[in-house]
Amino acid sequence: MKKSVILGAATVAGLAAGAAMAGTVDDVKARGKLNCGVTTGLVGFAAPDANGEWQGFDVAVCRAVAAAVLGDASAVEFVPTTGKTRFTALASGEIDMLARNTTWTFSRDVDLKFEFVGVNYYDGQGFMVPKALGVSSAKELDGATVCIQTGTTTELNLADFFRSNNISYEPVPIETNAEAQQQYLAGACDVYTTDASGLAATRATFENPGDHVLLPEIISKEPLGPLVRHGDHEWGDVVRWTLNALVSAEELGVTSANIDELSAGATDNPEVNRLLGTEGTLGEMLGLDAQWGLRAIKAGGNYGEVFAKNIGEETPIGLARGLNAQWTDGGLMYSPPFR
Amino acid sequence: MSDVSFVRTEMLPEQAPPASEVGLIGWVRHNLFSGWFNTVLTLVSLYAIYYVLSGILPWIFQSVWNANSLKECREIMLETWGSTHGHACWAVINDRWLQLLFGFYPSHLYWRPIVSLVLLLAALAPVLYSERVPRKMLILTAAYPFLMPFLMWGGTIWGPISAALGFVIGWGVYSVLSKQLSELIGMISAAVAAVIWWLVLSSYFTGAMDSVLPIGIEAVQSRQFGGFMLAILLGVVAIGVSLPIGVVLALGRQSDLLVVKYLCVGFIEFIRGVPLITLLFVASLLLNLFLPPNTNFDIILRVMIMMTLFSAAYMAEVIRGGLAALPRGQYEGADSLGLNYWQAQRLIIMPQALKISIPGIVSTFIGIFKDTTLVSIIGLFDVIGLASAIRADTAWNGIYWELFAFIAALFFVVCFSMSRYSMYLERKLQTGHH
Amino acid sequence: MTTLTDPPKEQFRLSMLLYDTRYRSATIQVIALIGFMLLAAWIISNTIQNLEALGKPVEFGFFGEPASYDINQRLLEYDSRDSHLRAAFIGLLNTLVVAVLGCITATIVGVMVGVLRLSNNWLIARIMTVYVEMFRNVPVLLWIVLAMAILIEGLPAPNAFRGENPTASMDLFNSVAVTNRGVYIPEFLFSRSLGDIHIFGTSSLRFDISLDLIAFLIVLGGSIFTMRKVSAWAAAKQESTGDRPKIWHIQLGILFVPMIILMTALGLYLGYPELKGFNFKGGTHMRNSLIALWMALSLYTAAFIAEIVRAGILAISKGQTEAAAALGLRQGRIMRLVILPQALRVIIPPMISNYLNLTKNSSLAIAVGYMDITGTLGGITMNQTGRELECVLLLMLVYLAISLSISAVMNWYNNRVKLVER
Repeated sequence: MKKSVILGAATVAGLAAGAAMAGTVDDVKARGKLNCGVTTGLVGFAAPDANGEWQGFDVAVCRAVAAAVLGDASAVEFVPTTGKTRFTALASGEIDMLARNTTWTFSRDVDLKFEFVGVNYYDGQGFMVPKALGVSSAKELDGATVCIQTGTTTELNLADFFRSNNISYEPVPIETNAEAQQQYLAGACDVYTTDASGLAATRATFENPGDHVLLPEIISKEPLGPLVRHGDHEWGDVVRWTLNALVSAEELGVTSANIDELSAGATDNPEVNRLLGTEGTLGEMLGLDAQWGLRAIKAGGNYGEVFAKNIGEETPIGLARGLNAQWTDGGLMYSPPFR
Repeated sequence: MSDVSFVRTEMLPEQAPPASEVGLIGWVRHNLFSGWFNTVLTLVSLYAIYYVLSGILPWIFQSVWNANSLKECREIMLETWGSTHGHACWAVINDRWLQLLFGFYPSHLYWRPIVSLVLLLAALAPVLYSERVPRKMLILTAAYPFLMPFLMWGGTIWGPISAALGFVIGWGVYSVLSKQLSELIGMISAAVAAVIWWLVLSSYFTGAMDSVLPIGIEAVQSRQFGGFMLAILLGVVAIGVSLPIGVVLALGRQSDLLVVKYLCVGFIEFIRGVPLITLLFVASLLLNLFLPPNTNFDIILRVMIMMTLFSAAYMAEVIRGGLAALPRGQYEGADSLGLNYWQAQRLIIMPQALKISIPGIVSTFIGIFKDTTLVSIIGLFDVIGLASAIRADTAWNGIYWELFAFIAALFFVVCFSMSRYSMYLERKLQTGHH
Repeated sequence: MTTLTDPPKEQFRLSMLLYDTRYRSATIQVIALIGFMLLAAWIISNTIQNLEALGKPVEFGFFGEPASYDINQRLLEYDSRDSHLRAAFIGLLNTLVVAVLGCITATIVGVMVGVLRLSNNWLIARIMTVYVEMFRNVPVLLWIVLAMAILIEGLPAPNAFRGENPTASMDLFNSVAVTNRGVYIPEFLFSRSLGDIHIFGTSSLRFDISLDLIAFLIVLGGSIFTMRKVSAWAAAKQESTGDRPKIWHIQLGILFVPMIILMTALGLYLGYPELKGFNFKGGTHMRNSLIALWMALSLYTAAFIAEIVRAGILAISKGQTEAAAALGLRQGRIMRLVILPQALRVIIPPMISNYLNLTKNSSLAIAVGYMDITGTLGGITMNQTGRELECVLLLMLVYLAISLSISAVMNWYNNRVKLVER
């Protein structure tokens, strides 16, 4: 009986947010808020600042989607998730989308019934070692103690790598990046392995970043991207094309500086016009209004701007574009055409 | 013939004890250096104290309080002391202490959790210091369960009022029916009436009243709760709600009704047999599966439910201890007065048993309160979760000890004062018996 | 004269189910049972519906699949190609290891601290009070994390042992290496080992038993049996003649001579840890995660046990101490022979719940990366397979089984030492 009191009180206080599986677009619109799953904190990708505002590369995707659907980049409810809880939160409808450095794998896509809508960061697992160790390749790490962050695909890649190269190692599983950093710096492990972006971000905050090197081997492909529930294609399309809009905007030279000018009237480039809603009915097809792309880009700038602002070379994290450059610059960022 | 007397006829004046037996020296001799073993122990522990303090004190006090990032902290340390080791960077606490205390609660509404806390103390006062505080304050105690959610979550005032009305309705039904029919029917129909009210009618009531008379304060999502406030909130809700459940379970466990007894024993032993973290996994991963499709609670509420069930099992054991400590004569006295089971429980047994159990309840509370730190493992932003989140900020990435020291100090202060209170109470109860 | 009349024959009426105390209890129980079953049925049907919607029917087939992750701390052999079930089993053993080690140290430390808190050395008593209060009032999760951090930052890394002027050196005649990766101690090796017996072939629960260990245990058991015989003989002699023959040298001989013979026969030698490559090789490696968890759990629980012990000792009336002193017993003997045996009866029941708490708290091992059952079955396995329902329920069952067995054993012990009252 007492449980129903809680249930009752909950409904009364209006805390039970009903979420229907069908029509996430409508749910989000009705709610006026986008529930977006993020990490509990990953340098550069998602972390709350001193005012409790979430900042980061993954967070920017959430904000762009909120801007596209709701017209307000701040209408996002950020739900921190752990490696364990992220998929359940998405499957149960607690969150509408997950933008949490999640690797796109076959089994997650097919078996766990999620839909990866694209890739916002191409990553790969790398190794960091102290320079003093004199190691130049991961193959020289026979017998080394390796710090790994658990709960991700990292430990599987690592086991496979060392097994296939027939070298032994001593894994030290660690729950959070902060602890891994501490152990690595104190010499409790010889090597720290996680996604290369994470390694670079971690190294950037060391007292003497120059004393540590990243080994050339990247032992896995980690395409990280936002995902939604399987089966809700309308919502999947909204998130997918919002991400594509950011990427296309960079390719087409639409930036937050010139976007107002470009959207004031039809330009010479029809694709820009379609993207910004001054031509065609793309927004309508998505079930949104014509301005959706405009708002998504205005929320935090195009893909390149988001990258530069959160993790780019100007920031303390200092990641190079690398694989994440536009395809025209030799990278893998390649948005399908807006047509 | 001689006047040499071998018997002393007058008393010698009392002499002061030797200097080595009184005062500081005497005390030191008796308490620190009595025998070689004690001397060795004393010297070893003095050295240990010196060793620990000489490491910690400079770290604590030769520290940086004002900086915007760890990098700045390190620069200041290098300038001032020439080394970055052995100095704390308290600037992170200076920068984030409000967040560590309140989580993401909107900063202009900080008064609400503070008022809730003050009201909590006021509401507890008549229970905890029953002899010094007027009994009229009990009204506040009764109102608090409805006042606190209103303050914390905000929204319309009709929500808590309609929740309270459920109890009023239940009580009304009970008092009418128990006189006319039987006590048992009265209780069952009261429960049914209250549940119907809460589940079906109250939302209409709230909606209607809100449109007629919209009184309310700004609503706060429970996702925004965090930090130390979350620990206190989880602890208070878990203990508060689990108290009645615990009473029911404890009575059930002592019941002669076999089915009821074994259901209660099963529940209590199951909850006490599994670690809290698995129950939190249930809250974060499975609870949604157990509820009808498409119901969705936010995670803090789910955690509250599981923490309540968890503490209910422990509470049941504490209250069972209280019941067992009551002399048999009390039960027999109640029987001889012709009271039935519920009357006896309400008027004679429970008031005394609960009073004896208060120290146990307080220590259960301390336990639950400390256990709330586990919610960081399922991704909630309590103090420890926030500490990781702060370290994920580029400015503070790499900071470690300062945050944990601050958190440990917070917990220590709160838990220590509560355990002192519980000891005071135990002493008071003991003297009350002799 | 009154005549006894038969009571009127009662007829069963429906209302008697409520008003007649004879039937009322049955009514309540039936209602409670129905209510419980309805609740259970409701939850199960919800779960089935929800799982269907998710397309994840309950099945345990994933246990047979390769786990694909490595576990560093393991009692039995395991590699990443072994199944998830094997990984869970390794995790379970790790849980049991830390729980058993923790309970033992917590008891020792707790009893010592509890006694020392009553010491007449003021400083010691205060220090112990500070220790107890510090540990009791700060969450165990923090202690575990802090213990790990202290080990990592406070101890030298293996590379400090290297080079021309190593800043750290091995202890105890170069046999023990204390590093921030763990402690390496010499291990017993046999040059003429008897080999192992393999149990359960290649299944997930397979394990090996060393025949050397069995031989050792047999010899030890035989020695102890003989020693008891000898002391029984000595006691009999004392009974009959009044003299107790000196037997301690015989006893020592019985204990050690067969053992030494056995060890020589097996070719016992010590394997010392040695710095090779990145790490120390050889010897037994007690990992930091285990030590940190073990230390934190036992110190935390010991603080509670100390309080229980202190309360238990204080519960023994002062007269007992005085009577013992009047009999001429010394301080230490009074504690050992008079106070502790009596206090034990008060101490054991709350001690059981502290052992249970320690075992349950060991589930926080993931905070330091110790792969216990929560870290394997409830951690990586759950993450990789996405089978939350199966994993969490199984995890709870495992803990429940451990808890219930500990309670059963401890209750049995409690019943044995309990005073038989009236």
